[in-house]
Amino acid sequence: MNAKAQTLLWLAQRASAAVLALCVFVHLATMIYAVRGGLTAAEILSRTQGNAAWLAFYTVFVLAVTAHVPIGLRAVLGEWFGWRSAGRDWALVLFALLLGFTGMRAVLGVFL
Amino acid sequence: MQVRVWRGTADGAFQEFEVPRHPSQTVLDVVTYIQRVLDPTLAYRFACRVGMCGSCAMTVNGVARWTCRTHVDKAIKGKSEITIAPLKNLPVIRDLVADMSEFFDKWARARGSFEGKRTRHDDFAKVSPESESRKQVDAAIECIGCGVCYSSCDVVAANPDYLGPAALNRAWTLQNDERDVAGAERLRAVAGDAGCLSCHTHMSCTERCPKQLSPTAGIAGLKREVSLALLKNAL
Repeated sequence: MNAKAQTLLWLAQRASAAVLALCVFVHLATMIYAVRGGLTAAEILSRTQGNAAWLAFYTVFVLAVTAHVPIGLRAVLGEWFGWRSAGRDWALVLFALLLGFTGMRAVLGVFL
Repeated sequence: MQVRVWRGTADGAFQEFEVPRHPSQTVLDVVTYIQRVLDPTLAYRFACRVGMCGSCAMTVNGVARWTCRTHVDKAIKGKSEITIAPLKNLPVIRDLVADMSEFFDKWARARGSFEGKRTRHDDFAKVSPESESRKQVDAAIECIGCGVCYSSCDVVAANPDYLGPAALNRAWTLQNDERDVAGAERLRAVAGDAGCLSCHTHMSCTERCPKQLSPTAGIAGLKREVSLALLKNAL
């Protein structure tokens, strides 16, 4: 991987961190607000199913996680375990796909 | 006082010496006493003795310091023992002498040399002392290459390829030199995993620099320049 690609990853991680800061805040605030008087799974689903706004919000959330986590792990694997070969990047691509797949599965699970 | 001094190479061991205390005694005085009076085989490096040359840096009680400018009183902190080892993050040649080759090779790898385009037929470049770029240079230019920052850097310890604070600080001064023409190539040299983007902003370099420079600030500046170059497709 050349310096340009590494710089692109670095920028992507910073940008996704900014998105995540907002997403985590909205997610936690909504959760705390919504469960004040108790909330059942059925009530949650009645709010999220068919709601395009929540679909869009959590899709952005999952995509930001999918970008942010593997790039951060890349540095952790390199610095803590000395794994700097191309194999690390391929393993992290697979991990990103797993994150994206399971994340979107959860998002669609409460939308459909 | 009891002095524990590193002997041998990487797989060496500490040796203990008994050294008399004196007022205003520096750690370099202690090492010199051991070599001249107790054990002439002790290897260490020094030159100016007054904080100008940057060659006497060692690890004193776990902290990288210029030994010539470190009083024993300050380093020993009320105890009766002091531990002196070579600089960390560098190979040990023998005893207290660290091999600085990699440290300076990284300055070259970060394109730490000036490249101009003027010839002897051109007039002098007129650089205003008030210009923003000149102020950035002023804040970072006094580095004498002692290796204290490099030895204190956690990222160098975790990633031996990392260019380190001194080389990146040097690159930053040249990026702000209005006469220099190698800016684009230098940004390519300092971008990426081994360059400025790996800095975690722990600021150990800034805390330990005996010249009170802030390589962290320069590295942050390089991160900005590298990011902008990428967005302009100039990297």
